[in-house]
Formats: sequence, structure tokens, C-alpha cells
Amino acid sequence: MLETLIVMLVKIVVVFGALLLAVAYMTWIERKVIADIQVRLGPMRVGPHGLLQPIADGLKLMFKEDLIPSQVERVVFLLAPSLSIVPAFIAFAVIPFGDTTTLFGLLAKPVALHITDIDVGVLFVFGVASLGVYGIVLAGWSSNNKYSLLGGLRSSAQLISYEVSMGLSVVGVLILAGSLSLVEIVKAQAGLYWWLGMLPIPRWFIFSQPLGFLIYFTCALAETNRAPFDLPEAETELVAGFHTEYSSMKFAMFFMAEYANMITVSALATTMFLGGWLGPIGPSPVWFLGKVFLLLFLFIWFRATLPRFRYDQLMSFGWKRLLPLALLNVVWSALWALRG
Amino acid sequence: MELVIFTGLALVAALAAMLVIVQRHAVYSALFLIITMGALAGIYILLEAYFVWIVQVIVYAGAIMVVFLFVIMLLDIRREPDPWTPPGRGRILTALLLSVVLLVELGMAVAQRLVLPPSGAPSVAGGFGTTQTVGRLLFTDYLFPFEITSVILLVAMVGAMVLAKKRLT
Repeated sequence: MLETLIVMLVKIVVVFGALLLAVAYMTWIERKVIADIQVRLGPMRVGPHGLLQPIADGLKLMFKEDLIPSQVERVVFLLAPSLSIVPAFIAFAVIPFGDTTTLFGLLAKPVALHITDIDVGVLFVFGVASLGVYGIVLAGWSSNNKYSLLGGLRSSAQLISYEVSMGLSVVGVLILAGSLSLVEIVKAQAGLYWWLGMLPIPRWFIFSQPLGFLIYFTCALAETNRAPFDLPEAETELVAGFHTEYSSMKFAMFFMAEYANMITVSALATTMFLGGWLGPIGPSPVWFLGKVFLLLFLFIWFRATLPRFRYDQLMSFGWKRLLPLALLNVVWSALWALRG
Repeated sequence: MELVIFTGLALVAALAAMLVIVQRHAVYSALFLIITMGALAGIYILLEAYFVWIVQVIVYAGAIMVVFLFVIMLLDIRREPDPWTPPGRGRILTALLLSVVLLVELGMAVAQRLVLPPSGAPSVAGGFGTTQTVGRLLFTDYLFPFEITSVILLVAMVGAMVLAKKRLT
């Protein structure tokens, strides 16, 4: 009893510490990669190649003056940043980031590398993610500011629209894996099959569900308010969108929530489509982190490359293109499952 | 332990449900509705019905979100003035009558519980409340009600579309 409790606590502390660190360093990676794409240097002053920049930014944000405008709905205004950041971090509780480990023989029994494995893991991530919208809408509403309200409304319309396609895009994976548990989904992707009898291809669901992966990743971009779907915080139209009135650490919490959400959707994509922790050789968490990082790099690459959608384009793309495609994918996967 | 958690959740649910109706501002009502739904979801976990728990979170979180949007889009964002007026005789009488009915119902429930001695929590079979079990039941024993419900929901959706779209082209 006590032993399981300690193991659980250690896992929670390690995972959330790592997640916080990853969120901080995502900002550094993003600035560096975009700078490189735009032929600049990016942050260089704080530490070698600006490596200490995230820490300096964090300290600065913490010591900034915390302004609360007089016209806001005070309670909701104060609550919104937490409502935004807590779901972003909780979703990681069910993501398996590795197989089992004994920490190089230090532990007597192998420990599974996930905080918890619940029977409804996929639904849990989607459910918690849908709670994250409240933070954004409430921030927009309680700020009592036109730009904030518009940003909040845009965001909620966008999230509700793309959540439908996102949910449908993973149904194919669920049909193939036959489970909602994320650990089971990863295990279902083990092994190889031979393409045309000569090329070995891993049984990752991206190869049997390419359309599902594309739809999922597009929706993931929209769900995390990232370019080219970053309309809720389109600076040129809305000042800063739903977080216009926020300052200091409250602003930082929205910022952290966005990056944590990016990491979560990438981790979920890795788990469901890229075989999770599975890899030919070496420790499993390394494979998991590598795949997640690859997807995060894609996020940054898109931001540096693609212009923003117009609002009507965003809506018609979501409802008239992605949703029918996602439905088609469901039907196709069901037929495939019937055949096999 | 289970009783403590249940009591806590039940109290939160009941209190938040009361706060839903006494709020003057619709957004706060919706917020308390979320708390009520969250507490109910917790009770589902106590019952080991994990699938129903997460569906409760997803469906109601989404549904209340729509309520929010309605409030923000259709009502004035500013705080409404207090609409309270002293109740008339008819309102007081109705309230008294309804509370008597509620009290009698409560009394009957307690009396029944006293007559029948508690038999302890009913044991659940392995795999109870998992996605597999719920899914199998939905598509075998309860297929007909399940399909009927989907059709009714579809009808409601079509109706909402027709109402929302003023000019059908």
C-alpha cells in the first residue's frame, strides 16, 4: 500500500516536473526554430545560445505587476487562468510515456511508465480537453472588453467545431485497437508487417489510418489555437484576444496552458498513431520523447510557414471538409475491420 | 470512507444545484451547474461506472458550454437589476403545498429504509461499468431503446435547425 503510494507520488512529481520544464523550453525551441527559418539568431544573450532565456522570462513574469482592471467580473476573472491550465496538465495523467522499467536494476519490481491506465483513457483526454474551453471563454467574458470577448467567442466556436472531427478521426484507431485504454492502444501497434513482401513496416496506426492521422493533426492545430488556426489571438485584429486584460503570472498561465496543450495533443498523436513508446532498440521513453518532439517541431514549422485562415474559411473547412472526411474514415475503418 | 466521499459529493451537488437557481446572473448559474455535474460525475466513479462518468463529463461540459454561448450572445453582458418582488398569496400557497409533498416523499423514503435493513453494498461482477460491458449491453439487450433515443435526438436536432434558420432557401 505504502509502496504503491510512494511510486505513484514519485511518478506524478517527475511527470509534471518534466512537463513544466518542457513547456518552458518549448518557448525557447520555438523562438530558436522560427529565428532560424527567418534567418535570424533568436535569443542569444542569456546563457549560451540563450539557453537560460525561459528561466529569465519566468522570473520576469513572476515579478511583473499584477493588474486587475476595475470593470472585470472579479471572481471569474481570477478563476479563468486556473481553469485553463489545470485541464491542460491533468490530461497527461493517462499518457503512457514508456514500457516498464526497473531503473537499471535499482528497483525490485518493474514499474509501468504511466501515471495511471484507465479503461476510458482516450475519452478522458477528450473530456478534459473540452473542459479547457471554459478557461478561455470565461477569460474573454469576464474581462469586459470587446477584443477579449470576440477572442473568447471565436475560440469556443473553433474548439466546438473541430472537436467533432477530432473525436471522429480517432474512431478508426479505436476500431483497430479494440480498446479505449492508451496502454492497450500502444500494445496493439507492436510488430511489423511486410509491404510487398520485402519492406518491413511497423504496425503503427499511421500506416493503416493515414487519413485519420491527417484529420487528427489538423484538428489538433485548431484545438490548440496554433497557426494557421490562431484566430482567437490574432494580434492584427484582436490586440491579443481573450487574454488582452491579463498581466503577470495570470498571462503566463494562459501561455503555459497553450504549450502544455500542444505537448498533450502531440503525445496523444504519438500514442495513437505513431506507436507510442515502441521502437526497434534502446529505452522506450527515448522513442516516445523523440516522436513527440518531431510533432512539436511540425507545430512550430507550420507557424513559421503558413498564413492565418480567414474566419469563414476556418468554419467552412471544419464543417464542410474535415467532418465528411472524418465520417468517411470511420466508415472505411469499419469496413476494413469487417473484412479482416 | 466511501460514505464520507459520497456525502461530500452529494452535499456539493445539492448546494451547487441550489446556487444555480438563486444566482442573478445566468453565467454564474451555468458555472454552478458545471459544479453540480462534476459532483454527480464523482458519484459515478464511486459506483465504478467509469464509462458513464467520462461520458457525463464530456456531454455535460459540452452542453453547458452551449448554454454559456447562448447567455453571452443573447443576453446583455452587464449585471441585470434585481427582479425580486414580494411573493403574492398564490405563490406562497403553491410553495407550501410543494414543500409538503417533498417532505412526505422524503419521509416515505426514510421509512422504507428503516423497514428494510441495509444489506450492504451490492457486489458488482468483474468488468462492471467498463466500456466493453456498457457497449455490449447497449447493442444487445438495450438496442431498441438506444436506437429510439438516437432517432429522437435526431428529430430534435432537425427541429432546432428549422427554428434557427429563419429563411429556408
